[in-house]
Amino acid sequence: MSIPTTGLTRDFIYKVLEQVKDPEIPVLSVVKLNIIHDVRIDGDTVEVDMVPTFAGCPAIDVMKASIVKQLTEAGVKEVIVHVKFKQEWSTNQITDEGRQVLKDFGLSPPPKYEGELTLETLAQAECPVCGSKNTQLLNSFGPTACRAIHHCLDCNETFEQMKPL
Amino acid sequence: MNVEAIKNLLYRLADDKLIIGHRHSEWIGMGPILEEDIAFASMAQDEVGHSQAYYRILHELGEGEPDQIAFNRKAQDFTCCQFVEFPIEDYAFSLVRHYLFDMADKVRLQALKASSFEPLAALATKLAREEKYHQLHAQTFVQQLGRSTEEARLRMQSALNEAYPMAFSMFEPTVHTESLAKEGVQPLEDTLMKQWRVEVEAFLRSSNLQIPHVEDLSSYFGGRSGHHTEFLQPLLSEMTEVFAIDPTAKW
Repeated sequence: MSIPTTGLTRDFIYKVLEQVKDPEIPVLSVVKLNIIHDVRIDGDTVEVDMVPTFAGCPAIDVMKASIVKQLTEAGVKEVIVHVKFKQEWSTNQITDEGRQVLKDFGLSPPPKYEGELTLETLAQAECPVCGSKNTQLLNSFGPTACRAIHHCLDCNETFEQMKPL
Repeated sequence: MNVEAIKNLLYRLADDKLIIGHRHSEWIGMGPILEEDIAFASMAQDEVGHSQAYYRILHELGEGEPDQIAFNRKAQDFTCCQFVEFPIEDYAFSLVRHYLFDMADKVRLQALKASSFEPLAALATKLAREEKYHQLHAQTFVQQLGRSTEEARLRMQSALNEAYPMAFSMFEPTVHTESLAKEGVQPLEDTLMKQWRVEVEAFLRSSNLQIPHVEDLSSYFGGRSGHHTEFLQPLLSEMTEVFAIDPTAKW
C-alpha cells in the first residue's frame, strides 16, 4: 500500500492499521479490536492514540512497534504512537466483524455486557464449534492474559475464549 | 494538589503489586495442579503489569524510568506493606494471602475510580475490571477448600490464622493519608480497611472459616516507611539478579 497521490488521509491510515494484528490473537487487527482512539495527521507526521487491552499485556509494545513499522513502510515520514489509559476501553467495543473473525479462528468472542462487569459474566461463553451457551468455565487463566478456558456441555469441546473485560 | 502525597500513594500501590506479583511468580512450576500453576503465573503477570502502569504515572510526575524504579532501589526505599513480603509457604497460605490482598485491591480500586487525581482514576477503572478475574479465582478456591474435607478446612484455617493479622498492614496509614483524603485522591486507609473487613469476614464465615482474633492491628506496620521484614531483601536480590549485571542494558 502506498500513500494516495492526494496526500495522507485518515481512511488510508486506518487501512494500513488493519494490517497490525494483536500478536496474541493474530487474526484480530487493532482496528477490529477498536483500540485505536484517534489518528491525527499533521503534514508528514501521523500521531496514533491507542488504548491498551490488558494493562500488563506484553503485546502492547509489539503492537506499538508494528504500527510504526507498517505506517513507515507505507511511506509515512514520522509516526508517533501514544498509549493512553484515559479513554475507556472494554471488550464490548470489539466490532461485529472482529467478533466473527474470532469465531472463525475458533476463539469464543467475549460476551457483551451491560453496566459493570460482574463475576457471572466471566463464566459465560458461547461454544465456537456448536454455538451452545450451555458451557462451563474451567479456568479464567488461559495461555495468555486475554484468554480463558471453557468447556461445552453439549458438544464436549474444550475451547478458549477471549475474556470479557 | 499535594504532589508529594500523590507520589507517595503511587509508590505504595505500585510496590505492593510488584512484590505480590513476584511472590505469585514463585509458584511457576510449583503449583499443586497445572491449572493453579497457570493461574498464579497469569496473576503474577497482571500484578507486575499493574505496578508498571503505576510507575509510568510516577515517571510522568518526574520520577525515574519504570524499570529503574522497579529494579534499582534499595529495600529501605520500597514502601510495600509487610504482608506481601512474606514467603509463599504452602499453597494454603498463598491462596489466603491472594484472597485477602485481592479483596483489598477491589475495595481500593473501587474508591480510586472516583479519585480527584484524574490519571489515577482512569487507571483504576481499567485495573478494577482486570482484577475481577483474581477475585473470581480467589473466591472459588477459598470457598471450595473451606467447604471441602476436614483436612482442607484445617489447613485453610491455619493459613488464615497466620495471614489475617499480617493483612492489616495493607492499610497502614502514612503522614499523607489525611491530606489525600481531604483532597479527594483516596479515602482514609481506615475507611478502606473497615469496608474490606466487613466483606472478607462475611465471605470467610460462609466458607466455614473462623475469623481469627487480632489483638493489635498495627503489629506488622512499618513497610510504608521503609521498615521491612527480613524477607524483602532476598526477594529483591533475586528479582534484580539479571538487571544488576548491566543496569544500562537495552532490551
